Amino acid sequence: MDKILKMIVQRLALGVLILIAVSLIIFFAVQLLPGDLAEAILGQNATAETVAAFRRELGLDRPAHIRYLDWLGGIMQGDFGKSLATQREISDLIGVRFANTMFLALYAAVISVPLSVTLGVLAALYRNSLYDRFVNIFTLSSISFPEFFVAYILIILFSVNLGWFPALSNVSPETPFWARVYLCALPALTLTLVVVAHMMRMTRAAIINLLASPYIEMANLKGMSRSRIIVYHALPNALAPIINVIVINLAYLIVGVVLVEVVFVYPGLGQLIVNSVANRDIPVVQACSLIFAATYVLLNLTADILSIVTNPRLLHPK
Amino acid sequence: MAKDKGLKELLKQPRITRREFVQYAMAAGVTASAATAAFDSALAATPKKGGHFRQALTGGGTSDVLDPAQTLDSYMINVSFGQLRNTLTEIAPSGELKGELAESWEASDDAKTWRFKLRQGVEFHNGKTMDVNDVIESLNHHRGKDTKSAAKGIVKPITDVKADGKDTVVVELDGGNADFPFLMNDYHLTICPAKDGGGMDWESGQGTGGYALDKFDPGVRTTVKRNPNYWKSDAAYFESVENLFVADVAARTSALRSDELDCIPNLDLKTVHLLKRDGNIQIFPVTGNKHNTLPMHTNVAPFDNNDVRLALKYAINREELLKKVIKGQGEVGNDSPVGPANIYRATAEEMPQRPYDPEKAKHHLKKAGMDTLSVKYHVASTAYEGALDAAQLYAESAKAAGINIEVVREPDDGYWSNVWLKKPWSASYWGGRPTEDWIFSQIYSSGADWNETKWEHERFNKLLVEARGELDPKKRRELYVEMQRIVHNEGGAVIPLFMAYTHAARTKVGLPEKLANNWELDGHKNAERWWFNA
Repeated sequence: MDKILKMIVQRLALGVLILIAVSLIIFFAVQLLPGDLAEAILGQNATAETVAAFRRELGLDRPAHIRYLDWLGGIMQGDFGKSLATQREISDLIGVRFANTMFLALYAAVISVPLSVTLGVLAALYRNSLYDRFVNIFTLSSISFPEFFVAYILIILFSVNLGWFPALSNVSPETPFWARVYLCALPALTLTLVVVAHMMRMTRAAIINLLASPYIEMANLKGMSRSRIIVYHALPNALAPIINVIVINLAYLIVGVVLVEVVFVYPGLGQLIVNSVANRDIPVVQACSLIFAATYVLLNLTADILSIVTNPRLLHPK
Repeated sequence: MAKDKGLKELLKQPRITRREFVQYAMAAGVTASAATAAFDSALAATPKKGGHFRQALTGGGTSDVLDPAQTLDSYMINVSFGQLRNTLTEIAPSGELKGELAESWEASDDAKTWRFKLRQGVEFHNGKTMDVNDVIESLNHHRGKDTKSAAKGIVKPITDVKADGKDTVVVELDGGNADFPFLMNDYHLTICPAKDGGGMDWESGQGTGGYALDKFDPGVRTTVKRNPNYWKSDAAYFESVENLFVADVAARTSALRSDELDCIPNLDLKTVHLLKRDGNIQIFPVTGNKHNTLPMHTNVAPFDNNDVRLALKYAINREELLKKVIKGQGEVGNDSPVGPANIYRATAEEMPQRPYDPEKAKHHLKKAGMDTLSVKYHVASTAYEGALDAAQLYAESAKAAGINIEVVREPDDGYWSNVWLKKPWSASYWGGRPTEDWIFSQIYSSGADWNETKWEHERFNKLLVEARGELDPKKRRELYVEMQRIVHNEGGAVIPLFMAYTHAARTKVGLPEKLANNWELDGHKNAERWWFNA
């Protein structure tokens, strides 16, 4: 157990370094984009004088590295700063949206993770059967379409033609839980369709991989049923790779859903970051990317810990 | 009474506009508001009250703020100017100017001093009565050295704003401007309450408009509730309005079809004909002054030669662009920015439509001493809807005249800061400007911030100042028609299309007989002017 604890501490420290590196890269990458906030916001309406007034007020006339250090200093004290465009506290701005993003990700995960593991186990059980082929074709097709396309198809079917679910996931902080579940049905379904294939295929492959090992042979010889062999003997040993894939997909559900948010007009973090990049609202971009990067770091850590717990051999790399 | 009768006779004349009517009426000693009321009564409809109106708007984002000085795109224009607040004057659906927070106004003979008499007893949403101080602070908010206001150019000619008694605001200009009351309708110049220590309070979202702010979540939604004390009795029929920001056109369309929205602007032109089949939806394009321009820098070769410019103007097939690029939702332009929402627009007799004529284009090329011409045209899809398609069609049609247009595709990101105004030939568009003087002085006069053609025309600039100070409508018309001819024949912009504002609404939404064409969505006053049937 000590070893695990040590690993966690090490990885967290490394995570902080990664976050700083990410913030550096993002900050200077946004600097490379043409124009700044003043020009981006004023657009065609910009004149030299108003742009200058804008920059003076927001401190954009200071050199980039000073602004970065200033921002870093704030972050170290837990202050995300203010949005340049609206002067609102970024923590307020992000709070609601982060909750929305997490809600949708969890919603999609609650549907897709049990679904894909079950489908994968069944596919391994009935390998090469008609069922196996159908599930493979269906999930692989849905992952192959761009997600906005899947979303449009679902909208046409379920909201325009059948009228079962709304086309706009118009949630606000006051929306009660079950109303939220109803409003987000289509985006969650879209995301499910997009992520199921990956997890399902990995579950199937990991189990099938084990089916050739001697201990499974032994179980077979003892006359155990196939389903018992797979669920009780193969699955526990296949957990490590399955967990890894699940976690990668969870991370995707949190950080990679911009298109789904746009199509369903869902006020999540993805839309916020895209909007803020377009406006060169650097503090907001920074805060969002830190959250995204932290999500990856933490989820990866979780995956590693879970893998080790299910397979202690991983603690002793050769 | 005799006076009244005369006015009624006037109304019966077929072509009298509200503006002329109000001018005659005021000359006859009737106040502006009484005159407009007389004009309006003839057009009365029977709207119903109540209901929750849900509309999707475009042109918004998380950077939206309630500050009218930073209102730059349609979402906040609709919310701030169309729902929360009022301006001194209002452009009626007919295109004529009437009083909003100003009851009447008068100019000195040189049109340099304007006196606005304020409507009395108008309250902000919080119950405070609007007074001269609020108006002065609201105008001053856009003036001064350090202002970030996008309306800085509009208020630049103002040298002083002061109160005269309790109900009159006097504005002094540095030169005569007969259109000044029109400028007071600008969506930036909404009247907000003054702060105690000076300055203007925009943060609270307080205004005198038909709806009071309920919740404001930038880039997501704004909800407003009907202002029970609204001073206009025949406006703002909805109980509440929900404004969603929906950037994706497919999302807007499907939400309208599944009855999650009541109204959407900016339809997908490629599928408008399909949307028309839905019996629960009404589609109503309105052509106003929104037009696209292809500005050439007239101080850079080869565009410094007017024959080259004319050749390029004859080499574009406007009818084809109208049909293929904007699917007939608009009308062809005539290389002049003065459009259907302007009063002094030159008629087809005064200024015949320029056709697609490759032979004439060749003729002008010859005159410029060239057989063929190769030019680069810089364009991005953000320039206007269909800009890239239009560019390809233009390049094709120009080949027949021996002109080779190389279409340079630029990124959307940073287009307005790095390409437009910087490259010798690019694409651009302009929304509605209600007066000739406004569009000419902002974009075509020498030294204007946005003189996108870098055009300097002595006679044009002289006429511009002359027309601005001229109070007699007949003389103004002559001056403006001449200026349109000059721009048409010598200006640096190809102006191929006036693009309609497209909208769709559920059939349960009641619309007035005449929709304003100064902006989209009934001049952005739809929340105030529309209602629910049944």
